[in-house]
Amino acid sequence: MTMFSSRNWREYPQRYRLEASKFKKSGKTYFPPRAVDPETSDTVQEKVVLPDTGKIVTYTVIRTAPGMWADNAPYALAIAELTDGTRLMAQVADCDVNEVKIGMEIRIEFRRIQTESHHGVLSYGYKFVPKWY
Amino acid sequence: MRNVCVVGVGMSKWGEVWRKSLRGLFVDAALEAVKNSGVDHLDSLYVGCMASGPFVSQEHLGALMADYLGMPGLPAMRVESACASGGMAFRLAFLEVAGGFSDIVMASGVEKMTDCSGDDATAALAMAADQEYEVFNGATFPGLYALMATAHMAKYGTTREMLSAIAVKNHKNGAKNPVAQYPFEITMEGVEKSVMIADPLHILDCSPITDGAAAVIVTTEEIAKKLGKPYIKVLGSGVGTDTIQLAQRADMTAIKAATIAAERAFKMAGKTIKDVQFAEVHDCFTIAELVVLESLGIYEKGKAGPAILAGETALDGKFPVNTSGGLKSKGHPVGATGVAQVVEVYKQLTGQAENGRQMPGSPKIGMTQNMGGSGASSVVHILEVT
Repeated sequence: MTMFSSRNWREYPQRYRLEASKFKKSGKTYFPPRAVDPETSDTVQEKVVLPDTGKIVTYTVIRTAPGMWADNAPYALAIAELTDGTRLMAQVADCDVNEVKIGMEIRIEFRRIQTESHHGVLSYGYKFVPKWY
Repeated sequence: MRNVCVVGVGMSKWGEVWRKSLRGLFVDAALEAVKNSGVDHLDSLYVGCMASGPFVSQEHLGALMADYLGMPGLPAMRVESACASGGMAFRLAFLEVAGGFSDIVMASGVEKMTDCSGDDATAALAMAADQEYEVFNGATFPGLYALMATAHMAKYGTTREMLSAIAVKNHKNGAKNPVAQYPFEITMEGVEKSVMIADPLHILDCSPITDGAAAVIVTTEEIAKKLGKPYIKVLGSGVGTDTIQLAQRADMTAIKAATIAAERAFKMAGKTIKDVQFAEVHDCFTIAELVVLESLGIYEKGKAGPAILAGETALDGKFPVNTSGGLKSKGHPVGATGVAQVVEVYKQLTGQAENGRQMPGSPKIGMTQNMGGSGASSVVHILEVT
């Protein structure tokens, strides 16, 4: 199925610049941004940019991947908790997949994610890399 | 609220059913349910289906299935909540009868998954996850459950052996289920030597891609009695939801939607988990069965694994789980799974489980737990035979 590139373009603020929403009442940050705070129903928020470092809280290595990911396998996929407590999912690049561990310190980098996506365009976004790299 | 019963169930053989189409699978199960219940008409129809569009380019299932069931004119609607579509269809049938809006309703589920390539089927299933923030980054369904498994192992010391024991147990039950897709036993060693999909999950930790359908007749207690067929009562029904993204859940080692759904179902039933004697739960992956047993309160956090290893959830154990073979062995035609869980509980409670699959001790109360995606939606039912 071909999708228009506007679908990709709409996500640029999040995927390129890590923009998130921080709600006034709870002080909680959500990524991607959302209109309503699930905890307080608050809608008053400010735009913030996520910190670019954190540590891995869980991970897997995808060894058998479908479709467009088949050539990438094996690749590591992880959820990291950033220094402000926000969590997000991304691939872990620039290291041996077998070295990825819970507690590993990471930095977020701007990377190419998909070469021929259903958007029909090159898609960029973020990946985790080891902090020491 | 009226008392609601299930009388008559239908389920054709599951697997790679190349001779049957989406509608053909449904009609087989639906006619069997009508026949087994003895009803002479339906007042409405719900069809649980996750992704007939991506799988076979067919939507509009309410009208299609009513038409091919030979009942054009029947109020009919398709229900979607990813892999929980079937359980949700059953809940809507329950609500419609309980509320007095209809007397005889069919709850059904169907999925035709082998008419497309494995890649296309995997992509269709991934539509239950967050496309922009999970799937975009390379997440697959085994990958999402693998992330939960890694976290659960780190927090509670859950082992490879515990996960393997779930697959082995479910295949042992499924080997006795005539409609199961993979009715054979497997070994612990076999699971551990099978191909790795997403660490730590091997292919034999994963439920298969399946064609299949299931249907049940939902009616009032009064009508169920008159029909003179074995029936069970729906004591409680509950639904819960959670964040679509796994990363945003405070605890990635539990399925909160299942906890909430169970709390609501038990409150309606006026029962507790201690009153339940067995369960059909959503083991799309082995780790899912373990996490769900803890999330439902059947075991404390971190205690399900050791209990499974000790055989407590076996057919002759203290609390049998997935006597049908579960999604693992019976198969997982996603939209049909939730209804098939009700079929199994019906069979166990009415003493009709085939081939030595009947659990001992004439159980009185059983439960079903069905969920969508990585646990963003879940539906629980408490069922009783009187």
